[in-house]
Amino acid sequence: MNASPMNAGVKSAWLSLDSLSLHSAGTHIVDAATLSFTAQRTVVLGPNGAGKSTLLRLIHGLLRPTSGNLIWPRPLTQAMVFQRPVMLRTTALENIIYGLRLQGHNATECRTRALAALEKVGLTPIANRPARLLSGGEQQRVALARAWAREPQLLILDEPTASLDPASTREVERIIGEIAAAGTHLLMTTHNLGQARRMAEQIVFIDHGRIVEQTPVEQFFNTPQTEAAQRFLKEEIP
Amino acid sequence: MWIQYRNNLILLTDFHDSFLTAWHLVAAADARLFGVVLLSLQVSLSATIIACLVGMPIGALLAVGRFPGRRLLVVLFNGLMGLPPVVVGLMVYLLLSRAGPLGTFGLLFSPAAMVIAQAVLVTPIVAALTRQTVADAWTEFSEQLRSLGASRTRAAATLLWDGRFSLTTAALAGFGRAIAEVGAVMIVGGNIDGVTRVMTTTIALETSKGDLPLALGLGLVLIAVVLAVNAAAYQLRQWAQRHWG
Repeated sequence: MNASPMNAGVKSAWLSLDSLSLHSAGTHIVDAATLSFTAQRTVVLGPNGAGKSTLLRLIHGLLRPTSGNLIWPRPLTQAMVFQRPVMLRTTALENIIYGLRLQGHNATECRTRALAALEKVGLTPIANRPARLLSGGEQQRVALARAWAREPQLLILDEPTASLDPASTREVERIIGEIAAAGTHLLMTTHNLGQARRMAEQIVFIDHGRIVEQTPVEQFFNTPQTEAAQRFLKEEIP
Repeated sequence: MWIQYRNNLILLTDFHDSFLTAWHLVAAADARLFGVVLLSLQVSLSATIIACLVGMPIGALLAVGRFPGRRLLVVLFNGLMGLPPVVVGLMVYLLLSRAGPLGTFGLLFSPAAMVIAQAVLVTPIVAALTRQTVADAWTEFSEQLRSLGASRTRAAATLLWDGRFSLTTAALAGFGRAIAEVGAVMIVGGNIDGVTRVMTTTIALETSKGDLPLALGLGLVLIAVVLAVNAAAYQLRQWAQRHWG
């Protein structure tokens, strides 16, 4: 693994939000979010409707902020995996190749990289199966392979295991862990607190569109700083 | 029992005989009937293919594109679905007539003129139905395709390919309209025997002449063709649903 400056001693931010806001119909979906992402693996937590997914979409560029700025010290190539995998009506392999073609690789390289990505997610045997007929877990792994093959520097995941069974969830977590181990920055949301503990270095907790706290993962779960986070953890842990 | 039709008295039992004769004409693949059916298929299939080549990209771009006047164009194409065939026929007639802007090509009263007229008639139908299909797909694919960096044009092309099986419905609606219309081909084709006479114009003509067997025979063939094409498309969509999801 390459020792990037991010992993050494004092961490510098790979992304800073400067009072980032998104307003819609008079409500603040994301309200003046100001924070710096320094950890390689960040999990955004918060109740339903807190603005987690919206924040991810603003960062990925799918949504345009009403006001405020995203400050990238150096631009990172990104890929995003959504809660529900979206597959084209073609084979699993061709779905991955499609994502690579859009990056401008030639046909041979697309195929090689797509096959390698499928192998990494353990789906080589189903390469030529129609993607939309795969199980939900398999489709999500194809989606991860499609993202991974593009070799992003930042991988954004919006509740990637929300609709998966425990076995698929474990497999998806393994894959995400491997992607992160190769040095890719991770930014994800989840409602699975165990998953947040396993995946995160840092937790960003948001509520009603506002950044409530940003703390290292152990600290967040043991001694949450804010009352909102304490309430959230008390309600969610069975 | 006698009924009056166009100053001719026709015995109602004639209808029974007409059906029988019509059936014999169809069964024997009567040369006259065969030629008419073939020309009908050639003209309407060509028109449908042209309409798909033009209308489907337009529909897809109307669904995913972002450009000024998009909404206006959507309303326009939806409205043009109801174009009266005779009006289209008249417009194409004016364009192709000797004095018209395209008169030098001498296309009037030829099958080519009929293809043009039907293509004009059917393109808005294909475009409007394609737009609807692609717009539905866009709600599912929009974020994923934009995330992968697809331009709007690329996304339109991708969704056309992805929706290739459901889009048969749009093509079929166009073909159904083309093969069933009389007004446009009558005006620009002229209903010339052996040259521009198609099923619908022959039915209209033979009925008015009182040759009911041929008209009925063609009517049966017309219905059979439309049903067969729809059945084939239905089978294709079923297979695609099972095979690709």
